[in-house]
Amino acid sequence: MKRVIFRGQALPLLLLAPQLAVTFVFFFWPAGQAIWFSFLRQDAFGIRTQFVGFENFAELFADPLYIATIWNTVVFSVSVTALSMGVALLLAVLADRQIRGAQAYRTLLIWPYAVAPALAAVLWIFMFHPTIGLFGRMLNAAGVAWDYRLNGGQAMLVVILASAWKQVSYNFIFFLAGLQSIPRSVLEAASIDGARPARRFWTIVFPLLSPTTFFLLVVNLTYAFFDTFGIIDALTRGGPAKATETLIYRAYIDGRVNLDLGSSSAQSVVLMLAVIALTAIQFRFIERRVHY
Amino acid sequence: MMQRRTLLAGAGALGLAAPGLVPARAQGRTEIQFWYGLSGVLGERVAEQVRRFNESQSAVNVVATFKGSYTEVMTGAIAAWRAGNPPHIVQVFEVGTATMMAAGPAVRPAHQLLSEAGVELDPRRYLPGVRGYYSDTQGRLVSMPHNSSSAVMWINLDAFEKAGLSTTDLPKTWRQIREAAEKLKAANATPVAMTTSWPTWVMFEQMAAIHDAPFATQANGFEGMNAELRLTGDFFRKHTEFLLGLQRDGLFRYGGRDNAADPLFPNGEVAISFMSSALRSRVEREARFKWASVPLPYHDDVIQSPKNGVIGGASLWTLTARNRTPAEYRGVAEFFRFISQPEQDLWWHKATGYVPITQAAYEQAKAEGYYEQNPGADAAILQLSRAEPTPNSMGFRLGGMVEIRNIIQEELERCFQGQQNAAQALENANRRGNVVLRNFERANRA
Repeated sequence: MKRVIFRGQALPLLLLAPQLAVTFVFFFWPAGQAIWFSFLRQDAFGIRTQFVGFENFAELFADPLYIATIWNTVVFSVSVTALSMGVALLLAVLADRQIRGAQAYRTLLIWPYAVAPALAAVLWIFMFHPTIGLFGRMLNAAGVAWDYRLNGGQAMLVVILASAWKQVSYNFIFFLAGLQSIPRSVLEAASIDGARPARRFWTIVFPLLSPTTFFLLVVNLTYAFFDTFGIIDALTRGGPAKATETLIYRAYIDGRVNLDLGSSSAQSVVLMLAVIALTAIQFRFIERRVHY
Repeated sequence: MMQRRTLLAGAGALGLAAPGLVPARAQGRTEIQFWYGLSGVLGERVAEQVRRFNESQSAVNVVATFKGSYTEVMTGAIAAWRAGNPPHIVQVFEVGTATMMAAGPAVRPAHQLLSEAGVELDPRRYLPGVRGYYSDTQGRLVSMPHNSSSAVMWINLDAFEKAGLSTTDLPKTWRQIREAAEKLKAANATPVAMTTSWPTWVMFEQMAAIHDAPFATQANGFEGMNAELRLTGDFFRKHTEFLLGLQRDGLFRYGGRDNAADPLFPNGEVAISFMSSALRSRVEREARFKWASVPLPYHDDVIQSPKNGVIGGASLWTLTARNRTPAEYRGVAEFFRFISQPEQDLWWHKATGYVPITQAAYEQAKAEGYYEQNPGADAAILQLSRAEPTPNSMGFRLGGMVEIRNIIQEELERCFQGQQNAAQALENANRRGNVVLRNFERANRA
């Protein structure tokens, strides 16, 4: 690559400034505010403010409901990631073959990604609502006591399905691109050596896909942690009885609905630390197994 | 955190953009920003109310903006205040009252606003049930009554007829409701016999008031922030067990939190529902059957003559700001005076289904024969004013009431799922709710 040499420091700094400003205003400043607020207890209007040290954090971890929410988040995120990546990989492998109308299938598979989370949730309500949903009514007619508004397990299932469905498209695009970049010669050589399709997939395709898989793993976990808010809010609002409440949803409820900014900020800080830790672990341990 | 930032930015952007939105004819008029949280038919009525005011005079121009749900309006206005750019008037739902009252310098109390502007408004012109909810301990109005409703019972008369039940002598007690629901179920008159909207508001707050049972100490919080919940009392146990019994026998179906169950009645899914009286305009428009709205039922083995119910809905709060001029406050006062005029209030009452907020408008509606032509339109008013309010039926002034409502809903949900019994649910709700009250007390006393 050609190295550009600037004379002096003013111009490069000027060129960097917009990006640095955006990062500062939209990331460092709010994050700093969150850290500062997490040590405070204040009323909704911020008129009376009191420094309470780590009390907000201590209260969080003493709350059995918060611990339950952590488990919910783990179950939810792992399920969404596994399901959306698994299904996307399967679809990508199928779409990678020479079939009639492959382009049309690919376009259709990419579509759901363009659907806004709240709308995605409404679509799933129309399918699974016990009284107005198509499948909800069918299930009830078939004798299954289906009511995700009251059954926590069913509610969790619906939000996992809806969240995973939305992410399949994104994963599909990347897996498909990954598959297409695998050299045909290697696969052909394996075929000549007598390797069957399944064996070719697990010994050649899957290892060569690992950079894509690793990238998607990070992206999907982040998605499940942060971007599923809209789906949960529109489908279950964290209910019934907190069964589908994730960490990000609780931070929203405590901050925006219950107006407890101290606790909400403490939760944001916990989330921030969790994501930093998670990403560090991923890069430290999982990336070693990735073949580029 | 990100949410709040976006909000602040949004509030700031609105402040910048607002002057451009003023129509040309409004030049030279004092501009008043008014944020509200009613959508659909009711939202259209708010816009109409503001238009009527703007056309009635030429000094003030109120700009009404829909800002999302009640919760969103309130958090949005608070964030805007923190950013130094709040609306002049914000519509806050009744459960936000304690939070707003504790806000001190952020709020200009209605009585102060009116007297400084030289606007005479006798508090006694408002219906007692409405006035009491929004007054301070000295009986002075802190916020302006705007849209008040109460929970009433909605009955699908076609379904009653199908089940062989009387459509004129409607049930008054819970015992009669149970018998009616059994017949409705046996006749398969509707897919579900009964449900409720606003589980906490109807089944806890309204029921506590009607049965004169304490929801919390300190007169449900009116007398001090040190109130403690009394959800473990005998009445709540009895009523929760009654509801669980209905559900077990397939007579009642939980319809979700807050107003999630609203559509089930107008679309004919249930025969009996408990919802806000303000749903009248919606039911009129959507229901394809004969219906009636009547006062809420009571347990006749607990109380012989039920007490008054409490209001729901919202009131208007005046927010302060550093650069706010006396002329702006005067404009707000003028708007308050306008909506308190009996003829405006009467129009509002008829157009929305909310109860009239003034005595005069109620008298006028009666004199016109409005309630004979629209039976049931006065169910909420009758329920609100049928008894002298007791400390248990004046209303609720508890900090973090939104959270407490959700806690009760969550514990009820676990009950309806069969994960715990009524006593455990009430015990848990009481304990968790008290934590909320103590946190609020600490944050607002510090």
